[in-house]
Amino acid sequence: MDTVYNVSPSPHVRDNITTQKIMGAVVLSLIPASVAGVILYGMHALLVLVISVASSVLSEYVFEKITKRPVTVYDLSAVVTGLLIGLNMPPEVPLFIPVLGSVFGIIVVKQLFGGIGQNFMNPALGARCFLIISFSSQMTDFAVKGGIMASSAAAMDAVSSATPLAALKTGAAYPLGDLFLGTTLGTIGETSALALLIGAVFLLCIRVIDLRIPLSYIGTFFVLVLITAFIRGYEAPFYYTLCEIFAGGLMLGAWFMATDYASSPMTTKGQLIYGVCLGILTFLFRMVSKSNEGVSYAIIFMNCLTPMIEQFTRPLAFGIKREKEAKHE
Amino acid sequence: MRLKTFKGGIHPKDMKEISMDQPITTLAPGKEMVYLLSQHIGAPAKPVVKKGDQVIIGQMIAEAGGFVSAPVYASVSGTVKGIEKRKNALGDAVDAIIVENDGLDTEKEYNTAALDSLDKEGIIKRIQEAGIVGMGGAGFPTHVKLSPKEPGRIDHIIVNGSECEPYLTSDYRCMLEHSDDLVGGLECILKIFPGAKGVIGIENNKPLAIQKMQEAVKGHDRISVAVLKTKYPEGSERSLIYAVTGREVNSSMLPADAGCIVNNVDTVIAVYEAVIKGRPLMHRIFTVSGDAVNNPKNYDVRIGMSYQDIINEAGGFRSAPEKLISGGPMMGFALFGLDVPVTKTSGAITCFLKDPVSAAKETPCIKCGRCVRGCPAHLMPCDLSDLAENGAKEAFAERFGMECVECGSCSYTCPARRPLASNIKAMRRTLLAERRK
Repeated sequence: MDTVYNVSPSPHVRDNITTQKIMGAVVLSLIPASVAGVILYGMHALLVLVISVASSVLSEYVFEKITKRPVTVYDLSAVVTGLLIGLNMPPEVPLFIPVLGSVFGIIVVKQLFGGIGQNFMNPALGARCFLIISFSSQMTDFAVKGGIMASSAAAMDAVSSATPLAALKTGAAYPLGDLFLGTTLGTIGETSALALLIGAVFLLCIRVIDLRIPLSYIGTFFVLVLITAFIRGYEAPFYYTLCEIFAGGLMLGAWFMATDYASSPMTTKGQLIYGVCLGILTFLFRMVSKSNEGVSYAIIFMNCLTPMIEQFTRPLAFGIKREKEAKHE
Repeated sequence: MRLKTFKGGIHPKDMKEISMDQPITTLAPGKEMVYLLSQHIGAPAKPVVKKGDQVIIGQMIAEAGGFVSAPVYASVSGTVKGIEKRKNALGDAVDAIIVENDGLDTEKEYNTAALDSLDKEGIIKRIQEAGIVGMGGAGFPTHVKLSPKEPGRIDHIIVNGSECEPYLTSDYRCMLEHSDDLVGGLECILKIFPGAKGVIGIENNKPLAIQKMQEAVKGHDRISVAVLKTKYPEGSERSLIYAVTGREVNSSMLPADAGCIVNNVDTVIAVYEAVIKGRPLMHRIFTVSGDAVNNPKNYDVRIGMSYQDIINEAGGFRSAPEKLISGGPMMGFALFGLDVPVTKTSGAITCFLKDPVSAAKETPCIKCGRCVRGCPAHLMPCDLSDLAENGAKEAFAERFGMECVECGSCSYTCPARRPLASNIKAMRRTLLAERRK
């Protein structure tokens, strides 16, 4: 008998990238922010992160076992979701809250819609918004008891112990250095712009994300805030705008959650539209409606519009002209 | 200067270093030569010899079966053993003329000609008689390609020297070793189209070939070299035309509709041999590469030789391969075995010790959009693949599924290892078959 060779349709080579490697890279990129969170807010923050990741992975595993689907926890996407949920928690949050969030995010937002790639909404943000509505007081209590912020917070007066966003609403600027390093109050992972940017640069370098969504998002938001700051006659409008960029969840949201593959458009044009709309919505929520959840609501709102954006920005095939152009010839 | 290129595409490892630096070696033909009657697009050739006939090198053994067809010539001297079914690279049993090589290499005398003495019709006739077809893989008879409806509209004769397929280096070696023949062949074609200019497109990962061809085209006013960005599939006809001229060609157009005729390097050299030297198409340059072969390099092989003989002559396998590919890994066909003859369109065999595809496990789409950005036809392969799997024919066609060039970039780049290209290809086959009815 002749030797039997493998036969399959072309192509016969594949790129090295896999879903697991992509998700692993996202986890790595969130390590600086996680470390910063633990340094800033203490060991309870670490516990929150660990519990969030563990409960996410467990929710996915149990759901898939019960529904007799292939177990997908090894693709690490549940780890990413869990970590993002943890990073979105206040430092001293009671532990049942992130667990509840993970169960909701993984089972309701992700698995019930078909699992990885099928969720129309970012599971971590879905979970966060669910928790904000259900446990608003616990979710907005940014008190710290550990880490380097515990000592400096005690020294702070009552006014500055509010979150930077709350302070910025008055139109006054906030120390930009604190915002950049993260020595402010907020959720575990959102405060240190520096740590988040390190992770974002890593993801950009290995091409897991590209600049289209984050840049169009932040850029649009920047321009709108700058114009408003001028119109409202704020002192140092440019400095104020930079504060708005680095305060709250914008850095975490723009680089790590708006870029979520499943819930953002795939088309190039669609991504730009998505980013610009995110910038406009975040601006409206933060600067006009004075809501506290600008970034989260903007992203989940746009998640819902993603299929429509994709539909309208579907590219024409190479060599095919739009009817109007074709008639010209 | 900005490099000429197209939008989309991928960057697979080119793996050309394995075979690119060794000169072309001529291989002795095997004992038994198999000439398929259908080595081209169009009607199969009709045998003009019968069992027991003596043939010599350069003798026609099958005539063209129509205008869109091409004759086949004996590349060895010997005896016709019979006309029977043999397997082609795709595994189909097709008609073939079998010739037993007597090893004497008795060769016919050829009518040489000077280009100045030939007119347009004369050049096309010599190309047609030589049985030249697109040797890059498509196999479209070259004389048909060179006889467009409106010859006056042709303003670009493009030689495809991009060789974007990984592992393959035959065009590269030809450009280095036969640069004058290539320019000579292009001059022959340019004489058919007095209003056209000749462009040799080469990717910038082949600096030596670019240099060599730039020297070779000196003094030829109508010929220039275009340096292209190294990207797969730069050498796909539509991408190449766009890179060189900025014109877009879709699936319902011919390159001639955009004023272009594209020819492969080996084809243009064959044109030179046919028009000037009078030699019909009987040999080609063939890359043997991959991690399973002992002496990966380019060989000058006679058409009709079996892949098995080539591998034996080329030093055999280092170790038993798991996968054999006729052509390169992006668009080549996986072979069932080595008992397959070289045809006018077979350019390479790539042998892998390990098959990187069979081990891959398909997982759900994560909507990362890598396939969308890699698609040179600007499609959304992930969606088309779903539509194909669900049998949604209308939606598939509406979303331009028929514009796919089957380059395989989507499957290559998919982190979920989804067989996007093969799903789309299967649906295209179904729709094309329905349209033909």
